[in-house]
Amino acid sequence: MTKTAWTRKDLVGLKDLSREEITLILDTAKSLQEVSTRPVKKVPTLRGRTVANMFFEPSTRTRISFELAEKRLSADTINFSAATSSTVKGESIKDTVRNIESLKVDIIVMRHPASGAPHRLAERLDVSFINAGDGINEHPTQALLDMFTIKEKKGTLEGVKVTFIGDILHSRVARSNIWGLTKMGAKVVVCGPKTLIPPKVEELGVEVIYDLYDAIKDADVINLLRIQMERQSECFFPSIREYANTYQINRKVLEVAKKDVVIMHPGPVNRGIEVSSDVMDGPSSVILDQVTNGLAVRMAVLYLLSGARKKIEG
Amino acid sequence: MTNLQLLIKKIHVVDPKNQMDGILDVLIQKGKITAIKKDIEPVENAQVFDGSGKYLFPGLIDMHVHMREPGFEQKETIETGSRAALRGGFVAAVAMPNTNPPCDHQSVIDNIIRKANEVPFYIFPAATITKERAGKELSEMSDMKKAGACAVSDDGEWVADSLLMRHALEYASMLDLLLISHAEDRRLSGPGVMNEGLVSTKVGLRGIPSASEEIAIARDLILAEYTGARIHMTHISTAGSVAMIRDAKAKGIKVTSDVTPHHFSLTDEAVDRYCTNFKMRPPLRTEKDRRALIAGLVDGTVDAIASDHAPHTDEEKMLEFQDAPDGVIGLETSLGVALTELVHTKKMDLKMLVEKMSVRPAEILKLSHGFGEIKTGAEANLTCVDVDQEWVVNKNDFVSKSKNSCFVGKKLKGKAVATICRGKLWDFRS
Repeated sequence: MTKTAWTRKDLVGLKDLSREEITLILDTAKSLQEVSTRPVKKVPTLRGRTVANMFFEPSTRTRISFELAEKRLSADTINFSAATSSTVKGESIKDTVRNIESLKVDIIVMRHPASGAPHRLAERLDVSFINAGDGINEHPTQALLDMFTIKEKKGTLEGVKVTFIGDILHSRVARSNIWGLTKMGAKVVVCGPKTLIPPKVEELGVEVIYDLYDAIKDADVINLLRIQMERQSECFFPSIREYANTYQINRKVLEVAKKDVVIMHPGPVNRGIEVSSDVMDGPSSVILDQVTNGLAVRMAVLYLLSGARKKIEG
Repeated sequence: MTNLQLLIKKIHVVDPKNQMDGILDVLIQKGKITAIKKDIEPVENAQVFDGSGKYLFPGLIDMHVHMREPGFEQKETIETGSRAALRGGFVAAVAMPNTNPPCDHQSVIDNIIRKANEVPFYIFPAATITKERAGKELSEMSDMKKAGACAVSDDGEWVADSLLMRHALEYASMLDLLLISHAEDRRLSGPGVMNEGLVSTKVGLRGIPSASEEIAIARDLILAEYTGARIHMTHISTAGSVAMIRDAKAKGIKVTSDVTPHHFSLTDEAVDRYCTNFKMRPPLRTEKDRRALIAGLVDGTVDAIASDHAPHTDEEKMLEFQDAPDGVIGLETSLGVALTELVHTKKMDLKMLVEKMSVRPAEILKLSHGFGEIKTGAEANLTCVDVDQEWVVNKNDFVSKSKNSCFVGKKLKGKAVATICRGKLWDFRS
C-alpha cells in the first residue's frame, strides 16, 4: 500500500489527481475486492452515512454499480433521477442539490449532461461529490475501473499500450482514461474517424492513429467506445455501416493483434457495430470483469471520501 | 441647453484630432466648451474642477452595447445601462437591436429614442438588417434611419444568405447606414460553447473553431469589395480575421473593425473552472490570437475598442456552462482594462487609446461635431481620467443591473474620475 493519504472532499475527475492518489484508489479497491466474494457481502464502513445518487441523465449500469457499492459498505442510499423529480418543474440544479444537502447527506454521486456541472457544485457546497459522468468531460470511476482491470490482467500500467477506438470527441470515458493512463505511465493511442478525434489531443501525450490495423497491432488493451447513432446530424461519418466496416473489432481484425490482447468496453455495447458478437463473448473480452471491478473501485472511492469527510467534520 | 458652468484647471488634454496634448484649462458654459487654453481666469458661477494629475479625453464612445430594453429589463435598462456607461467614462453608445421585440421597426426605434432622451447620455440605436433578425427579409432600413437608427446589424446572427447580405450592403450603403456584422457561420460553430483547441479538449466542452468566424469575415469582405459598400466587423477575435481585414484595407475595401477588452486581455485558458462569466460569443481565443488583436489595434487594422456589454442576471449565469447565455458586461471596466493591458504595458500611448475609444468610433458612426474631439463651440462630452488609479474590480460596485463581468477580482490601473455628458457633470472622485 502507498503511504499517500486521501485528503480530497470530492472526486470530480482524474485531470487533477496525482499518480499517487490514483494508485491509492486502485490499491484500496484491491483490498475491498474480497468483500464481494464473501457469503455476507457487507462491511460496516459507511454505517450511518448517507449517499444520494443523483442522475440527471439516464444510466443503468453506473447507477446500479454505485448503489450496490454503497450498500456493501452499509451506507444509507437515496436515489434521484431527473425524469421523476423537480428538475422537470424548472428548479435549478443548484437548488435541487442544496435541498438534498439540507437533508444532511454526506456524499452525492452525480451524473449530469453538462460538462463541469459537478465541478462547479463541488466548489460551492460542503457535501462530497463523486462525478458519475459529466457531459463529454469525465467519468472518473469508469476510467479507474478500466485501469484496475488492466492492472489485474497485465500486472502493471507502466508501459502498457492501450488503444481507444471510436468516438473520442464525445467520450468522457476516453478523456478520463487519457488523464489517468498517461499519469500512470501507460501508452495511449486513440483511433477513430478524424471527425471524432478531439482537437490537439496529441498534446495530452496521446498518439492518434486513423488506421485500425496500425492502431491495434501492438496494443496490449483495446478499449472500445460506444458509437452514438444520433451523431449523424453533425455529419461525422457517412453511415453506421461504413463505420462498422472500418472500425469494428472482429476475429479477422484481431488476427493482426497480440495474442494476449484484452478487449474492453464501458457499455452499453452496440453488438455488431463496434465489436462483433463472437469477440465480445470470446476469450479476449474482459467486459464483464470490468463490471465486477467497477464495484470494488466505487467502494474504494466512497471509502476514501468518507475518511476525508471524517477529518473535515471531526 | 443646460446650465453647466465648469472650469477645469490644469488638466492634461489629449485630443488627437486637434493635435492637443498638453496641460490646459477648459471652460464650459451653458454645457458648451467656450475656451481651451492655458490659465483661464475664474468665471462667475463656474464651478472649478482641479484637473491636476488627470487627463481629459474627448468623451468615450462604445460601438457595441446591449441595453436590453425593450424586453429584457431584468438584465439592464436604458437607464441603468446609461448610468453604467457614464461610470465607465462613456458619453455615447450604440445599442444593439437584439431586444424583444427586436429593433426591426421604426416604432421600436421611436420607443428607444424616447427613453434615451430621458437619460443624460447618448444612445444611438442600431436597427436590424433583417426582420426579426431571422435572415429572411430586409428590415425597413429607410424608415428606421429616418426614425434615428445609426447603423444596422443582426447582432448575434450573421446574415448567412449571401444574396440577402449583398442587397443589405447595397441598400444600407445607399442610405449611408453603417452595417455592423457579427461574423460567425453558426452551422460551423455547431454546439460549440468555447474556443476549439487544446483547452476545449482538456475541459471537455465542445469547441467553436476560429474558421467559423473567418469564413464569415471572408464572405463579408468579398461582398463589401464587390458592392463597394461600407462594413464594420465587430468584436473580431482571431488572428486570421485580423490578417484578412489588414489585407482588405490595403486593397481599399471599406472595412472597419473593433475588438473587445476581454478578447485582447484574456484567453480560453480562463474557462478551466467552467465559470460562465468567461462564456461569450465569439469565445475567448488563444494567446496567439490575443497578440494578433493587439498588433491589429496598434497598426490600425482594428479601428476601435468596443465592450460588447452584454448583461445577464445571476440566475441565468448560474446555469451550467453549456446552458448559460453568452456575454459579459464591460462598460465599467473597458477603459481600465484598455489602460492596464495596452497603455501601461507600452503597447500604445494615450493618444492612440483615445483614437480607439473615441475618435474612430465617432468617425465610423459619422457622429456630428462634438464627438471624438474637444472643440470650442461644441457641446461638452468629455471624459476625465486618472490613468494611474489602481482599483480592484468588485462585483458589488457595478452600477449596471447585471454583474456578469469576467474581470471580477482583477486589479486594474486607470479609471474615469468624471464624465461630462449632455451638459451634466458626473464627478466620481470620492
